[in-house]
Amino acid sequence: MIVADKKPMEEIIQEVKDHSKILILGCNECVTVCEAGGKKEVGVLASALRMYFMNQGKTATIDEITLERQCDHEYLEEVRDRIDLYDAVVSLACGVGVQFMAEKYQATPVYPGVNTCFLGATEKRGLWTERCQACGQCILAFTGGICPISRCAKRIMNGPCGGSTKGKCEISKEIDCAWQLIVDRLKALNRLEDYEKIFSIKDWSTDRAGGPRKVQREDVQE
Amino acid sequence: MRLQYPADIKVVRVPCTGKVDVLHILRAFEKGADGVYVVGCMEGDCHFNKGNFRARKRVEQAKAILDTVGVGGERVRMYNLSSSEAPRFVEYAKEMDQRIRELGPNPIKTKKAKAA
Repeated sequence: MIVADKKPMEEIIQEVKDHSKILILGCNECVTVCEAGGKKEVGVLASALRMYFMNQGKTATIDEITLERQCDHEYLEEVRDRIDLYDAVVSLACGVGVQFMAEKYQATPVYPGVNTCFLGATEKRGLWTERCQACGQCILAFTGGICPISRCAKRIMNGPCGGSTKGKCEISKEIDCAWQLIVDRLKALNRLEDYEKIFSIKDWSTDRAGGPRKVQREDVQE
Repeated sequence: MRLQYPADIKVVRVPCTGKVDVLHILRAFEKGADGVYVVGCMEGDCHFNKGNFRARKRVEQAKAILDTVGVGGERVRMYNLSSSEAPRFVEYAKEMDQRIRELGPNPIKTKKAKAA
């Protein structure tokens, strides 16, 4: 899922302090799971903003809506008949949702309510870690299901490097060396001969290096 | 033991303080409460293991938010006692009552009244 973190309340207040009719728009997908932008967080932010405006002696309308998703047209359409009631939207969706909302409703300013961080997994409640960099050319089949692109600080294809010590990366003792994990996993799978193969230079054109990307599939297009 | 505690305290009963959400605390202030305190079981004595620890975390979250919006985090507090400690319940009630009296009314309530 897309992992996001809460934006400091002070920053959100700065974004919206000059508006008086604000919609707090949550998303029921990834940001709900990582407890940054779901219905609950929408409620907390809306309550805090209401109190902020009341404390400033200002009258403000702060409404709350949580959509199923903000990255699909059909769900964003659900607010079309109400969007004109507001002079600003704080979207608690990931950066995708914020942008899609802004593209769809040109006349209403949309502000981000979370910091979108990475594609990751929930290790335990309150701890999310990166697992994928969306490089566009998955090599997990060759690396025992462990991604050196997202989990190795250097993103090297033939590791480990000299900075790997006792299974940890040189940048932090808390970060596992991805290549150590790969070797251990290949050993467990009895596939160490795969480790001996040398990867050729990775084609980074499918990563961000090739500019903004798109996936176009005629087989499912209408 | 018919002990008396300040009459301006409204008791909201919950099955466990683990049920108390940050939103419950915030809504109370939004609606004009001058202070909120959560009274949970002694730490380590929770029947559901972590209920009172969860409540403490949520009280801390509410405190941070109230500080940010200018209402004041010192208006919210967590206390722990055992269910048989009525005198301590009264002591905490008086302490909180005194603390809130010193802080004065919820600022948003007074601003709202002025605006009207």
